[in-house]
Amino acid sequence: MLRAALERIRQKRRTVAFPGSAPSLPDRLRGLPVIDAAKCPPACLAAPACAAACPVGAMRPGLGAAGTPLIDLGKCLFCTDCMAACPAGAIVFGRDYRLAVRKREHLHYRNEALRLAEALEKKTRKLFGRSLKLRQVSAGGCNACEADLNVLGTIVFDLGRFGIDFVASPRHADGLIVTGPVPENMREALLKCYDATPDPKIVIASGACAISGGPFAGLPESHDGADAVIPVDLYIPGCPPHPVTALDGMLRLLGRIS
Amino acid sequence: MPPDLTMRNGETVPAHLVPVLDVESLRTFLVGEVRGGGRLAALFGLPGRSGQSGTPGPVRLLAVVARDGAGILRPVLCEAGDRYPALTPDIPQAHLFEREIAEQFGVTPVGHPRPRPVRYHAPGLLNPEAPPEVRPLPADTDFFRVEGDEVHEVAVGPIHAGVIEPGHFRFQCHGETVFHLEIALGYQHRGIEAALEGGLTGPLATGGQGYGRISHLMATAAGDTTIGHTLAWCRTMESLSGTAVPERAALLRLIALELERLANHTGDLGALAGDVAYLPTMSFCGRLRGDFLNMTALLCGNRFGRGLVVPGGVAFDAGPSRLAELRGRFESTFRDVEGAADLLFETPSVRARFEHTGEVSRETATALGLVGPAARACGLARDVRVDHPFGAYRRLAARAATWPSGDVYARAFVRRQEIRESARLIRAALDALAAMPAPSDGDIRHGEPGSWPRPLRPESLAVSLIEGWRGEICHAALTDATGRVVRYKMTDPSFHNWEGLAMALRGLAISDFPLCNKSFNLSYCGHDL
Repeated sequence: MLRAALERIRQKRRTVAFPGSAPSLPDRLRGLPVIDAAKCPPACLAAPACAAACPVGAMRPGLGAAGTPLIDLGKCLFCTDCMAACPAGAIVFGRDYRLAVRKREHLHYRNEALRLAEALEKKTRKLFGRSLKLRQVSAGGCNACEADLNVLGTIVFDLGRFGIDFVASPRHADGLIVTGPVPENMREALLKCYDATPDPKIVIASGACAISGGPFAGLPESHDGADAVIPVDLYIPGCPPHPVTALDGMLRLLGRIS
Repeated sequence: MPPDLTMRNGETVPAHLVPVLDVESLRTFLVGEVRGGGRLAALFGLPGRSGQSGTPGPVRLLAVVARDGAGILRPVLCEAGDRYPALTPDIPQAHLFEREIAEQFGVTPVGHPRPRPVRYHAPGLLNPEAPPEVRPLPADTDFFRVEGDEVHEVAVGPIHAGVIEPGHFRFQCHGETVFHLEIALGYQHRGIEAALEGGLTGPLATGGQGYGRISHLMATAAGDTTIGHTLAWCRTMESLSGTAVPERAALLRLIALELERLANHTGDLGALAGDVAYLPTMSFCGRLRGDFLNMTALLCGNRFGRGLVVPGGVAFDAGPSRLAELRGRFESTFRDVEGAADLLFETPSVRARFEHTGEVSRETATALGLVGPAARACGLARDVRVDHPFGAYRRLAARAATWPSGDVYARAFVRRQEIRESARLIRAALDALAAMPAPSDGDIRHGEPGSWPRPLRPESLAVSLIEGWRGEICHAALTDATGRVVRYKMTDPSFHNWEGLAMALRGLAISDFPLCNKSFNLSYCGHDL
């Protein structure tokens, strides 16, 4: 007992100050991508090397600001394949961790400010704003998204201080947080879990798989994301999303960050 | 005459040298190998194609036997056809492999004691010649049942109580006591092997630095083992293209693999503490696990190491200041892990719950071919880093940690020892990196970036073993006359070990299942692929 207390004193308080102050993030963090149009060779813009290099077809030529490619952040794996392909070093992943949005089309990023998640409507916010119980459903998730949601429950992020908790049954939940591309063998289980959650309820899709199928998009077993099966209220991009990205999204949804 | 082809971990051999046996000779060979200390690293079907024209032929089996003591692998081929007498009655560790072959190829291993689906996908998925059959619903099978007064059945899953992947567990209980547990998985099946079959095509083949989606499928096969599976794949590609990885890259790969082990082992100790309600270690380890993930992010920007390991080396270098930062963070985190682990193992109430819970005997572990910490906790000193060393492990020799008791305590204590061993290896690798001259171009990846992907040796077999944090990861690739990969087989350690969990539950109170499950902490998606 005494040793446990001494160890606790030695290991100190470790809960991050976020959202009160900026989170500490690695210098190589792959956050919001940034394309410097001035660096793009004009010949390249018509048939961008970065778009051709994207393994999941997340980039569409010419639809972004100043003729740059549009990036679908719901498909983006935040890998480095586009960077490696760019002859001019025009595309980089920045350190902006804020990526969560309310609508699928808001993830169509045009190299302009993202329309970050707005808070829930007044009535729902009144219900969930100070207490949001979520049932996590892994539907083909690779355990990276799951692990980085689990980490929100540790003393580092201490999700409970915001009134958010992961609960053991959909019957106890105000909503679902779904990870994975929803493989055929999980489709029915996800639907049943959704039906078992009492109304009103919300659904969060966390990670590229749950938004678009991620690396599994288009495979015969994949339903390419949660919103193919159930309506989604919050999309958190990433492969997997950084825990701060997920927390930022949830707090925006509850109107705790704006 | 016994087949005589042997290969080393990570070696490529011409496919025509692989001995071809009939089923009975294969049985005799495997029984002899297992008796002599060998084990099945992989056993899988090959699409029935013969010659370059690709005309349909009988389904063949490829077995890869690992002889740990000698540090060699012995591959053998066998023509199975539509039906063949099952190997499992004589070689129990073939049980799940044969179920998989039956499901993927529509082949019947006659006399298999539990012929059930493995993943509940369309039958004959990898065999165009298989007769069409109705796809079963997930876990829709006749479970083994115990009959009798007051015997009852408990069904758990697919969705579990925690933030965890889906799977179905069916317990046969008498009161609290579990007579038998049958595990039905497949909910996580995303079709990775089918996607890899014959090389990627269509949209799957575009981009990805020439590899299309492959590297991303490897990174997400089991996301908590991103480094392990990606490394196994990269080593297979390097072997088939005859590439040597620069020393600096090999050391950075070792650090990445050991950080992955540290993160998961630390997380597991915390979760085990949580399952016996010992909150200090649970709280400490929850944080410390993330600190290790952040060290991986320090190297490459992603906490799971996505994109770090690439064919030919690594994609991110670490200069002296980054390595110094890594060392500083590592030492401070490691000291806290030691403190958290000491508390756990010195607390009598924890030991009382860990000891004699979920015992697996050494004999059972040997028969089932368990791997990784689950095997080492039964006293079996098998560790790919030691027995079949690869990359920088050839230089910085690893030591296998074992404990004989086969219970939750042993599985926890082996992890605790392995954390120390990982720390020793990381320090040694950091020392070796520090002693090298300042990094220059070409130190971290072989050749120019544009030189990848490289052509692969035609008509060849490559096998790569990696000791992931759960145990042995086995990747095997077979190329055709044009150097195209026609079969890529991934075996996650969980594939060997799930049956170990079922055996550990026998005679245990059902309320100990969460603790016992956590002590194995197996991958659902790594199994389901």
